[in-house]
Amino acid sequence: MSNAAIAPETLETIKSLDKYEAGFITDIESDFAPKGLNEDIIRFISAKKNEPDWMLESRLTAYRHWLTLPEPQWANVSFPPVDYQDAYYYAAPKTASAPKSLDELDPKLLETYKKLGIPLREQEMLNGIAVDAVFDSVSVVTTFREKLHSAGVIFCSISEAVQKYPDMIKKYMGSVVPYTDNKHACLNAAVFTDGTFVYIPEGVRCPMELSTYFRINEAKTGQFERTLIVAEKKSYVSYLEGCTAPKRDENQMHAAVVELIAMDDAEIKYSTVQNWYPGDENGKGGIYNFVTKRGICKGARSRISWTQVETGSAITWKYPSCVLLGDDSVGEFYSVALTNNYQQADTGTKMIHIGKNTRSRIIAKGISAGKSNSTYRGLVRIAQKAENARNYTQCDSLLIGDLCGAHTVPYIENKNPTATLEHEATTSKISDKTLFYCRQRGIPEEEALTLIVNGFCKEVLQHLPMEFAVEAQKLVAISLEGSVG
Amino acid sequence: MLKIKNLHVTAAGRPVLKGLSLEMKAGEVHAIMGPNGSGKSTLSYVLAGRDGYEVTDGTVEFMGQDLLAMEPEDRAALGLFLAFQYPVEIPGVSTTTFLKTALNAIRKKRGEKELEPAQFLKLQKQKIKDLGMDAEMMKRGVNVGFSGGEKKRNEVLQMAMLAPKLAIMDETDSGLDIDALKVVSEGVNALRGPDRSFLVITHYQRLLDYIKPDIVHVLANGKIQKTGGPELALLLEEKGYADFYDATEAA
Ligand SMILES: Nc1ncnc2c1ncn2[C@@H]1O[C@H](COP(=O)(O)OP(=O)(O)O)[C@@H](O)[C@H]1O
Ligand SMILES: [Mg+2]
Repeated sequence: MSNAAIAPETLETIKSLDKYEAGFITDIESDFAPKGLNEDIIRFISAKKNEPDWMLESRLTAYRHWLTLPEPQWANVSFPPVDYQDAYYYAAPKTASAPKSLDELDPKLLETYKKLGIPLREQEMLNGIAVDAVFDSVSVVTTFREKLHSAGVIFCSISEAVQKYPDMIKKYMGSVVPYTDNKHACLNAAVFTDGTFVYIPEGVRCPMELSTYFRINEAKTGQFERTLIVAEKKSYVSYLEGCTAPKRDENQMHAAVVELIAMDDAEIKYSTVQNWYPGDENGKGGIYNFVTKRGICKGARSRISWTQVETGSAITWKYPSCVLLGDDSVGEFYSVALTNNYQQADTGTKMIHIGKNTRSRIIAKGISAGKSNSTYRGLVRIAQKAENARNYTQCDSLLIGDLCGAHTVPYIENKNPTATLEHEATTSKISDKTLFYCRQRGIPEEEALTLIVNGFCKEVLQHLPMEFAVEAQKLVAISLEGSVG
Repeated sequence: MLKIKNLHVTAAGRPVLKGLSLEMKAGEVHAIMGPNGSGKSTLSYVLAGRDGYEVTDGTVEFMGQDLLAMEPEDRAALGLFLAFQYPVEIPGVSTTTFLKTALNAIRKKRGEKELEPAQFLKLQKQKIKDLGMDAEMMKRGVNVGFSGGEKKRNEVLQMAMLAPKLAIMDETDSGLDIDALKVVSEGVNALRGPDRSFLVITHYQRLLDYIKPDIVHVLANGKIQKTGGPELALLLEEKGYADFYDATEAA
């Protein structure tokens, strides 16, 4: 029978709803770097941040290398060539050129974050989650500094860390993702403007969730942030990032780099709820999300876990990875990538097993609706010395409608015969019968769709910190509106 | 309560129901018996509002309303329930979540207050016990990994929770062994009452030993060929459907 799961009239109604609630613009005066990209712009950014010479030199080295690099071509995404000269690489609210205390913060910024559901005032926070708020190119505030400080935890903007902890920055920044890694990461190394630095000393369990909230506000502005998390022996931290941007007709670039370092017995949980503006229903506008994320399990028995819910962006290009160097270390990747309308996502992970008895687990759920395209791309590499390495990979795709696509591209490179590798993949379609079953029980169509999709993602969502799992479920619901056919 | 008049339905362009008429009063239990392919499931789907079936003629009035003009979820809110011949599986959605979502959606549509989680769980616990089901099953995905009998029992549980005015049961007996059949029938009998009607669709007379119908209809060739009391079911058991085919061929 017909596969048209949902009545066309209903679809039209849902389509007409505009649900990207984060799509507003904050009217605030900003400082810009001149438009375009060249060595002077990089000097401008570095000067704005009062950086030491070594930092400027490292940026310039990256920039010169970037000029020689080709665009990555292998991902299953298509878009016109990016005009790197037609963008601003630095934009900061005039009132917030350096992170301030909450009391000094521009009320417009406070209001912006409140509207986004991120109340920065600590007394307004229910669960005591510390936030670094990055607005365009700068970190405008970090909360709970005192409390974290007394636990020995460093949680500050990366700009501040360059000033205050230069030795650690020199030692670790670029140690996991070198500027030579790929074109996007290289650009970031040249022009990164802010981001977050986290340091958890030996034996410390970070007393609260840490988070960064990235907001792009200005037009024609790229956001290039860096996050660096170092977890010393036997320490633990759970970190979450969220991101949104106003609705604009143009495409804006977001090229971030995240580096995680876990020493012996340390554990880092890194969660992302990515809700960049996805573009409109005709595929106009939206963020190009070109992100390089990698963690290294340096120490024995260390553990890095990536959980991501990717619902936004016109194009998502990211592969949060784990280098399992320490013996008995564990890497995990839990992902939900939801695309609708004309969105494109090429996302997955790399698990590089080097140490003995290293284990990795990959659970990737792709949901495609509308005319969108979603690809899972994952590499599992077992090095020669990685005795008894184990990987389990499960990729499930769910299709909504007939016009979308889902692809699974697993790469396996195994140099050690003792490895155990398991791979499972499924592709399914929401059937008209399942939807009808729900509706027969009184559940309206859109709610039924949300219920089914959230059920499909459950294995991943349950890895998010509780507060965010609920948010993520809602986000999945909102992102699905207007889907299907 | 339910008035079906001269219902004509095509599926994929082929006529399946060809002038079916049927009337039910509140509290009555009607059985529809018919050979495979006679259109029993089609009738149940059309009443519940599934896409893919075209009503080319006829009317259906339910609780005084034009049933065919309504969305499936609105029919459910009005009190129509369909126990599926082949219940679907919904991975990752626990039966509890599913039922709570359904019950509250219906209550909302009716302008009633949604149930608090504690109220809901209490109600569900009682019904699970009545049906002799395992509470652990409620945590599993809807029907995922359930045996045939468990799926059918789960349908009856949902029926009990949603307390419909009209329950249509499409071959609820198929795939059940005799013990499961007894449990399911007892569950259904416990729900019988002056405000609740049942349309029991079955291929075999066996079910009607446990759920005693007031009226039995024979469906063949897209029409009700004969209507009578419980004795009609016994007659069918004995003689089969052959006579009714002849009747339609002649007509
Ligand atoms: N969705 C459909 N598309 C095409 N043909 C259908 C569809 N549903 C039912 N039919 C056809 O209609 C007839 C009656 O089917 P059904 O209602 O399932 O009968 P029963 O439940 O009595 O066995 C059969 O010939 C069947 O093939
Ligand atoms: Mg049938």
